[in-house]
Amino acid sequence: MKLGDTVLKVRSKNAGPFWVTIDIFCDKPDVYRMVRDRLSNAAVAGLYKVPEQILKRFDIEDLRVIKFSVPRPVVQGSAADRDMHGAQYAALLEEHELG
Amino acid sequence: MPTRVLVPSGVLGLGFDRTALARGVAMRPDIICIDGGSTDSGPFSLGAGQSKYSRAATKSEWRSLMQARAELGVPLVIGTAGTCGTDSTVDWMYDITVELAAELGQSLKIARLYCSQPVARIATAVQQGQVTPLTPAPELDLSNLSNIVALAGAEHIQAALNTGADIVIAGRTTDTATIAALPLARGDAAGGAWHGAKIAECGALCSTNPTSGVIMVDFDADGFTVEPMAETAACTPHSVSAHMLYENSDPFRLYEPGGHLDVTDARYTALDARRVRVEGSRWVPGPYTVKLEGARIGGYQTTIMAILRNAHYARNAQAWVDRLTGFLTGEIESRMGLTTADYTLEFRLIGVNGALGDLENRSGDPVEVGVLGIITARNQDEAAEIGKLINPFVLHYPLTDDEELPTFAFPYSPATTNRGALYEFALNHVLHLDDPMSAFRIELSQTDAKVPA
Repeated sequence: MKLGDTVLKVRSKNAGPFWVTIDIFCDKPDVYRMVRDRLSNAAVAGLYKVPEQILKRFDIEDLRVIKFSVPRPVVQGSAADRDMHGAQYAALLEEHELG
Repeated sequence: MPTRVLVPSGVLGLGFDRTALARGVAMRPDIICIDGGSTDSGPFSLGAGQSKYSRAATKSEWRSLMQARAELGVPLVIGTAGTCGTDSTVDWMYDITVELAAELGQSLKIARLYCSQPVARIATAVQQGQVTPLTPAPELDLSNLSNIVALAGAEHIQAALNTGADIVIAGRTTDTATIAALPLARGDAAGGAWHGAKIAECGALCSTNPTSGVIMVDFDADGFTVEPMAETAACTPHSVSAHMLYENSDPFRLYEPGGHLDVTDARYTALDARRVRVEGSRWVPGPYTVKLEGARIGGYQTTIMAILRNAHYARNAQAWVDRLTGFLTGEIESRMGLTTADYTLEFRLIGVNGALGDLENRSGDPVEVGVLGIITARNQDEAAEIGKLINPFVLHYPLTDDEELPTFAFPYSPATTNRGALYEFALNHVLHLDDPMSAFRIELSQTDAKVPA
């Protein structure tokens, strides 16, 4: 089951030039609990190729949102950057198969 | 003392609902605050010291806000003027304001808050141990920086307001500082002031109708109440609290000059179908630091684009650019005497992994592949010369030696485009200040009212 087919929305955006933040809006409480329990930090760190220790994770039950923040794989606007606003990073999580 | 702040939109230049603005003006706010920029569209604006938004759009919206200000007789404040908030973009915004004042026949006291930082000041602060890296910070290197700005806080906006200015044109400020300044000065709850400012800083993005723009925030001793001004918009506890997620790496803590906001215990309550009350946010005082932003030129670029529609080439696009790159590296060295230490040449495959590069984990069978060649060299002439040198090969290079020369689709002529300077963000640091004003400067001026003929 792909994460994006289960939840309301996955959104990514820069949080300043050095971080990208990804919000998973689950909408329904049971979907929130399922994603919270089945989406591991290791899987997310693997998708974005960052060390797991540096990943920030927030499980926000009131909003039924799971949020991840990671240092940008490349700094915003540097010669190697391909996505100035970081908004397409979300696609990797949308297409991630929940284990 | 309760303070009513009108926020016309998330940024000047993106538009707002004029009817909603009129409704906001009718509610008699104590101040109008709007943001003029951010780093979100990349380092170019800061590097070049130029506004990203058009002068025409900026002037048209600023005219409406100056008229609203004149009607109300309250201050109008713009933070991060001209996208990046360098001294040059503050002056750009000031020129527009003076021009409009003459057109509208307004007599105005204008305060300009300058936030650009001379390299020498930052170098001295580094020597004195007053510059600290944030995570992740690039290696501290102050050479060749075209612009450095420090992000002003509420204290700087308050100092500008205390001059009695009708309009404050501020350089780089934190997203929240302009909105939080007056409530803080009037003794409203500090946690509520910063939290309400964060909720309102993107305009109606905290409501159910983000494009309507206009938001009103009422600050008081216990918290704040937020209400959208467009009749089609509503603020709900969900839309308001969810805004703390937006472009924030930590949705519970927000670092500002002189401390941080903690919204862990904030309570969001619907007052009715459109208004939300928020209490319980905390302000935690800390050392007085201001964040620094800097940009430098990382080279000069020329680009070239070819489209591979032939199925054989579309399928083997990566192998083709790998072979092409090897060949071109030799050609550039033998004909121009340049090695890969002097320039970079990168081909990106649009339709294969154009947006995600090495992170891409899907593969498919693209109908066509856009090949975007990016040359980064030490100066524009060199980049342009490399572009011309590789142009015929990008058009005709074969996948193997024993096939005919192909010809790909170039979408325009000339095939190469000179992009000018590539700017890069160079700082993710904070500057410690004993006196908040010591790294900032306020200039006051008065425009003469001219009665339009």
